[in-house]
Amino acid sequence: MSQPGAVAAPTSHAAHEAHHEALGFWRAYVFSVDHKVIGIQYGITGLLFLFFGFSLMMLMRWNLAYPGEAVPLIGNLLGERLPGGTMPPEFYNELGAMHGTIMVFLGVVPLAVGGFGNFVLPLQIGAPDMAFPRLNMLSYWSFFLGGVTMLLSFFVPGGAAQSGWTSYAPLSIIASSGQTWWLIGMVFLITSSLLGAINFITTTIQLRAKGLTFMRFPFFVWAQFVTSFLLLLAFPPLEAAAVMQLMDRVAGTSFFLPSGLVVSGQVVQNAGGGNPLLWQHLFWFLAHPEVYVLILPAMGIVAEVIANNTRKPLWGYRSMVYSLIFLGFMSFIVWAHHMFMTGMGTAMAAFFQTTTMIISIPSVVILTALIISLWGGSIRFNTPMLFALGFLPMFGIGGLTGLPLGLNVSDIPLHDTYYVIGHFHYVVAPGTIFALFAGVYYWFPKATGRKMNETLGKIHFLGSFVCMNVVFMPMFWLGMAGVSRRLYDGGAAYDFAQPVLHLNVVSSWGAWIMALFQLPFIFNFFWSIWKGEKVGDNPWDATTIEWAAPSPPPHGNFAHVPVAHRGPYEYSVPGAARDFVPQHEA
Amino acid sequence: MSSEHAIDVDDQHAVDTHHVDIDKQVKIYITVFTALMALTLITVAISYLHLPTGAAVTVALFVALVKGSLVACYFMHLIAEKKLIYAVLAITVAFFIVLLALPVLTVSDGYWIPEEHPAATAPATGGH
Amino acid sequence: MDIPYTVEIRRDTGLTNGKIGIWLFLASEVMLFGALFASYILIRTGAPSWPHGSTILNVPLATFNTIVLIGSSVTMVMAWASLMRKDFGKFRLYMGATILLGFVFLIVKYFEYSAKFEHHLYPSTNNFLAIYFTLTGLHMLHVAGGMAVNAYFWGPGAKQWKTNPVWFTNRVEHSGLFWHFVDLVWIFLFPTLYLL
Repeated sequence: MSQPGAVAAPTSHAAHEAHHEALGFWRAYVFSVDHKVIGIQYGITGLLFLFFGFSLMMLMRWNLAYPGEAVPLIGNLLGERLPGGTMPPEFYNELGAMHGTIMVFLGVVPLAVGGFGNFVLPLQIGAPDMAFPRLNMLSYWSFFLGGVTMLLSFFVPGGAAQSGWTSYAPLSIIASSGQTWWLIGMVFLITSSLLGAINFITTTIQLRAKGLTFMRFPFFVWAQFVTSFLLLLAFPPLEAAAVMQLMDRVAGTSFFLPSGLVVSGQVVQNAGGGNPLLWQHLFWFLAHPEVYVLILPAMGIVAEVIANNTRKPLWGYRSMVYSLIFLGFMSFIVWAHHMFMTGMGTAMAAFFQTTTMIISIPSVVILTALIISLWGGSIRFNTPMLFALGFLPMFGIGGLTGLPLGLNVSDIPLHDTYYVIGHFHYVVAPGTIFALFAGVYYWFPKATGRKMNETLGKIHFLGSFVCMNVVFMPMFWLGMAGVSRRLYDGGAAYDFAQPVLHLNVVSSWGAWIMALFQLPFIFNFFWSIWKGEKVGDNPWDATTIEWAAPSPPPHGNFAHVPVAHRGPYEYSVPGAARDFVPQHEA
Repeated sequence: MSSEHAIDVDDQHAVDTHHVDIDKQVKIYITVFTALMALTLITVAISYLHLPTGAAVTVALFVALVKGSLVACYFMHLIAEKKLIYAVLAITVAFFIVLLALPVLTVSDGYWIPEEHPAATAPATGGH
Repeated sequence: MDIPYTVEIRRDTGLTNGKIGIWLFLASEVMLFGALFASYILIRTGAPSWPHGSTILNVPLATFNTIVLIGSSVTMVMAWASLMRKDFGKFRLYMGATILLGFVFLIVKYFEYSAKFEHHLYPSTNNFLAIYFTLTGLHMLHVAGGMAVNAYFWGPGAKQWKTNPVWFTNRVEHSGLFWHFVDLVWIFLFPTLYLL
């Protein structure tokens, strides 16, 4: 029997093509079981959904800045959805619910976990592929079906889901059929994540190279590993809840419908006796760990880029790893801080408030370690590093603004206001998405053998960084003034909101200008695939094992099975010939 | 070339050295089956006694736990599994308990919401 | 391309990929059914009154079904034991019995459900029935799924016994773990719904 992964890997392009031809187009590029192809499929699909979700938001921001005015350019293209070109509240709600759903479940997670996780993880641990390649393929296609279901839901009578990405009962139960499609879409997406999590965990434990002990893992690997446990154990309750909500909508059950519910003056004829809070508990049991699913891979990417571009090891690697594990565990016992306003007693509120405060500690440890890692470094300000550096203060703001939300008393005036929107967008948008951009620029050369253009990258970064703050900083003031979220007119109907309404205009223009700054990125991405500067296997002079593979890696990844001889960040080792000693070098 | 720290994971011919004595295992399976049958009949018989809810739940749950443990330990061979599997299951059980216990606690009047608290006297969404 | 540790174990973990994979999957299933049990607890404790299971459901029939399912767990593990003893014929017998007992379980459930529907008792009638149909329905889907996989190993998949007997035995073991888990869920489901 052959040594693991020791395929006589053809590194020539011709041989690579020949192998693909042996497989046929569909098996090689569409229904591939190769983790790199699947990773790219996830990555590109995820990026497309990110831009689509962003577009939905740009439409929303029109009505927030100029409520009641006809939408320019496309106002007439959407027919009766925009009567007279103006946006009715139902349509705004569709945009809102789907923006959230698409960004979280179809954009960020597929890109961060499905894309980067699939492509990079096996390479970083020196494996030939994932433990279960066919399951991996199924994972992607399940995600794809979920995405198609979500997109198609826009076209059903009544439109797409419009009860928020949180789908609270009883509103979601009485909503139009788009909500049913949302639930079915979620079942596909959850299945995809579960299958992926099983693959990632097994692969990390079993297929890591000889010498690659857990404490020699790149931080990115740890991040994906913990994330996978969150997905594995937190998603199933939402799947069960989705089934129950489907039953309520389609089979007339009353899991989430209380007795005596009156809708538009009519008493709802269901049996009643259900509990809307049951939905909230099951939803947030997933959705809280989900936000850590959103941030952990991002921290992983930032850690890799920072170590590489400071030319020194990460400071506090062990603390970072223990913090990651502790964070993962705590994330399962904080969820009801999303439910402080639901009438729970002081004992339970105190419990969740306490666990929420505790969970901020590992986040701070990780952020602090990343910042301290910069100290004394020979910093290279290339595009991936700019995005990684940008991540740090942005995640800091996002994290700090979460604190008053996690304390149940200060949450009272802030709950469901724009303050919350500001808080979580800082973490996910200039937080996670910046880290994902860093990852794209950083690993692009490994996937294609070419670098993306630096000038366009710097324009992308600068414009995005400024615009992100223009969009989201005003929201804290809007929220503290008391403007609720999910108002289709941005609060224009309320007297108390009048003094702060102009902030909506600021945010909207920030968003539209930010869209323009994504154009250099989109152009750069596709142009560089064919015309980017050609580079060797390790253009960043990085230490981790993925850079030992050819760019792009062939099937089986490595010509010679890698063995790990040292830790992942041996940069600037005194006495070494170069300023980095690769992990796999003998 | 391997470093001193490398663990010999490479043995392609390594088989599960936990020598499974199949004949002994089969005897165990039959014993467990008999026990499961007995416990099933016992739990059904007890249900006909219509004990007060608290006692009924406790007894039924206890019997179910015993039956479940037998299936898990012997049919699923958990009694001789590896540490990694135990670790995964321990974490799972912990979160399972959290999921079952915490939601109902947040709507429980009288203990988790103190009697003097307005929420205790207001119409509750749940509770006894 | 050969993925390592698909058939042979990795020394430091003592496990194959498939063994870890199936246990991880079962862990996720624990959380899935856990959510439904948590729902049961929340709904029942919040209800002004709750019927005793025996007043609505058929306890003797379900007891029979419990025995059937536990029996199928024994035949399942015996199927794997037969492969360990290199007795393919016995494997076929026991696996066939497992699938058959699964069918019996499903048929009994079919009669249970139709009896309910005949008496106009639907999931929408009240929350007891809602959670009953949902819990047993999801469980039933798992029984069917398990049967499909077992049928594959009994039928078309069995040719792997000739080409890679160790892998085949492991895969049957993993399928068995799923089947035992389905039995395990029923062991808790049965008293919860029928006896309390």
